[in-house]
Amino acid sequence: MIVLIARPAPSRLWSWATPLLAVLATMLAGGVLFVLLGKDPVEAIRVIFWDPLLGPNAGYFRGQLFIKAGPLILIAAGLAVGFRAGIWNIGAEGQYIVGAICGAAVALAAYPAESVLIFPAMVLAGALGGWAWGMIPALLKNRFGTSEILVSLMLVYVAQNILAWAAFGPLKNPGGFGFPGSRNLQQYPSAHNAELIAGSGLHWGVLAGFAALIATYVLMNRHIAGFRIRLAGEAPRAARFAGVVPARLVAFCLGLSGALAGLAGMFEVAGPSGQITDSFNAGYGFTAIIVAFLGRLNPLGILLAGLLMALTYIGGDMAQLVLLLPAAAIQVFQGLLLFFLLGFDLLTNYTLRWEGARA
Amino acid sequence: MSATEPPLLRVEGLSKAYPGVLANDAVSLAVAPGQVHALLGENGAGKSTLVKMIYGLVRPDSGSMALRGAPYAPPDPHAARAAGVAMVFQHFSLFEALNVAENVALGMENPPPLRQLAARIRAVSDAYGLPLDAGRIVGDLSAGERQRVEIIRCLLQEPRLLIMDEPTSVLTPQEVEILFATLRQLAAEGTAILYISHKLEEIRSLCDQATILRGGRVVASCDPRQRSAHELAELMVGAELKLTDRAGRSAGDVVMEVQGLNLPPASAFGPSLKDIGFALRRGEVLGIGGVAGNGQEDLLAALSGERPTPAGTVLLEGEDIAQLGPNARRARGLLAAPEERLGHAAAPDMSLTENAVLTGTTRRRLTRYGFINRLAARAFAAEIIAGFDVRTPGPQVAARALSGGNLQKFVIGREVLQAPEVLVVNQPTWGVDAAAAAAIRQALLDLAAGGAAVIVISQDLDELLEISDRFAALNEGRLSVPRETASLSLQEIGLSLGGAHGMKQAEAAQ
Repeated sequence: MIVLIARPAPSRLWSWATPLLAVLATMLAGGVLFVLLGKDPVEAIRVIFWDPLLGPNAGYFRGQLFIKAGPLILIAAGLAVGFRAGIWNIGAEGQYIVGAICGAAVALAAYPAESVLIFPAMVLAGALGGWAWGMIPALLKNRFGTSEILVSLMLVYVAQNILAWAAFGPLKNPGGFGFPGSRNLQQYPSAHNAELIAGSGLHWGVLAGFAALIATYVLMNRHIAGFRIRLAGEAPRAARFAGVVPARLVAFCLGLSGALAGLAGMFEVAGPSGQITDSFNAGYGFTAIIVAFLGRLNPLGILLAGLLMALTYIGGDMAQLVLLLPAAAIQVFQGLLLFFLLGFDLLTNYTLRWEGARA
Repeated sequence: MSATEPPLLRVEGLSKAYPGVLANDAVSLAVAPGQVHALLGENGAGKSTLVKMIYGLVRPDSGSMALRGAPYAPPDPHAARAAGVAMVFQHFSLFEALNVAENVALGMENPPPLRQLAARIRAVSDAYGLPLDAGRIVGDLSAGERQRVEIIRCLLQEPRLLIMDEPTSVLTPQEVEILFATLRQLAAEGTAILYISHKLEEIRSLCDQATILRGGRVVASCDPRQRSAHELAELMVGAELKLTDRAGRSAGDVVMEVQGLNLPPASAFGPSLKDIGFALRRGEVLGIGGVAGNGQEDLLAALSGERPTPAGTVLLEGEDIAQLGPNARRARGLLAAPEERLGHAAAPDMSLTENAVLTGTTRRRLTRYGFINRLAARAFAAEIIAGFDVRTPGPQVAARALSGGNLQKFVIGREVLQAPEVLVVNQPTWGVDAAAAAAIRQALLDLAAGGAAVIVISQDLDELLEISDRFAALNEGRLSVPRETASLSLQEIGLSLGGAHGMKQAEAAQ
């Protein structure tokens, strides 16, 4: 029988070792999964993790890495702040969608006018849209004591329906021959979130992700507000004693993570995606939760975790093409990663001891 | 101990090590039938580990025990109870939402039908003078009554050895007398009692043998009635004890007023605060006594600002601060130190530097434009550590790593060094060793001598009598009118604390 013994203090070594261990365990379990699917596991791991970075066509994929990692990092940076405070925004996907719709709506309203003010206005609209969508669970929690976990999650499905309605209705491209989906913003220079260096994958959203990491690092480690957020997560009574008003904290954390998720959605629709369609969202909002935890809610960790998860997206696409793996396999892969991470996390707070069966 | 009467329990060379600490080091003692045997020592001396081994909760690394001459090594509490060993813990394990009989039944191996059990509870409570209504909901009972539930639960097993862990810490003086009468009666019937405490006068009046532990070892074994309390204390601490110095204070102007303060309880079963009122003068220490659970935490929260109250109920230097939050009150000079050190007064996993920031930002300017000035914060933490003799490697250490006494010195030091006009502390020396407790009390007295006003909320009446100028009792959420401590007898204080809870009729009949 395995006996868990609580550590007197959380182990710093294990808090950094568990993400690596989780990645290794995911590869192993993923390998077993691929064997069961009748594929060569070594080949599959190579296609997913190796080829996009160092394989023959890596030049194309490296750019994709930032394109996928950008929104993940931007969303995870905001989520991590709330998670530190014990406020669980599970609905970043919804805030991402609403941010994209709002950003695109501003652009489409201005079309075809050209102005340098259009893009900043879209940024503002995207952030505001995500913020507003995040404030719904915050207000309900503060007013009625509802669970922000459930409300934010359910609002994702509301957002998806609004997205479908917008794509088929008000935002539909009038010149689109009846096909669903908006005009392509990539063909609208004032609204296009283009690559800053061709082929690098770096666009304004990726830079915003880096900026968000730096800003949240400063907030959490240098500013009294960040100190109070951490305090609220670690010792809620001590936080109240230190003057933290729980309702304001809830509003701040959900508002911030909502605004950043909204920004991510806006940068995506104006750049890599280009248009609002009913299948615009690709699950970044959910994957960002994994990124935040895999990165230990720490900015540098989130950067690395964001790149890793981006890799699984790209590698997963490759595996679909080259190995004919089902699309769901990569989602299973991401799920395994979170599962192993949370499982191994136990080692941060406990040591294990084997003990013989006792009467 | 005569050769003809073998000891009921003999403990030989018992040792138990935990990672980094030898909790018990070759402890030996013998308890005779009918003996009230005191186990005396400071926090961390190893008393709890020893009785946990006797009760089967912890297995010794080495050594042996014998009960009534037969080898005794209980693998779990179940076996210990079967062998006739019962224990009343300091922290009760009762379900507040269930009634007394249901709680007792839950602790039994084969509970009889509830009606029969209620009758047995009544019989035992009558026989031992422990009044208790088997049908009452435990959440409505006072701490003293809850303890009676635990004792009766043990007595129903007809134990040969009854272990009591700090039983009087939650009792009023009258309730202590009732408990002692019960224990003496049990001893007279031949039940041995192992009595854990650090209250020396109690041990001198109740026990006929004492084993004193320090650092996991037995340092003395004596008849406590033959020694003075001061001698016992020095044996326990292993050093000379200083007496607190109360000199140099005089009551000045009124600095804080509380009037008509009503507040519903934060927890489901506590009493609400009812029409609390008092005036506090500069230079005085106001002691608020009372058994825990009578509204102490809510009173502290109302004064610290964690729970704002209706306008006009709390005035500081004439200004209405009842609606202000903790930091606004700190800015005006009203500071507080709550009872719960880990999780309320301090964040367990944060460093001492960060814990200094926790309350220190308003008065010590530890931030600039909201950014934490790490050097200033660290210097403030170091100042507390140096000024209050906090034993720790440095300000980078997590609060959790400090012993209770050291962390309490840090918490009190953090507030005292911010030069408060009024300081409110709840249980300032709870679970703190004697030397640290003396240092904390002296710091509070010195603060008052410097012109500040201090409110000490405490369950420890000896402490309040030692340091407070005026005394008020908090009972069932009501505060009695503060009176000069010097003019009060222990008997009067006990009655103002509600006397013996659940005993009012019995008292009236006498």
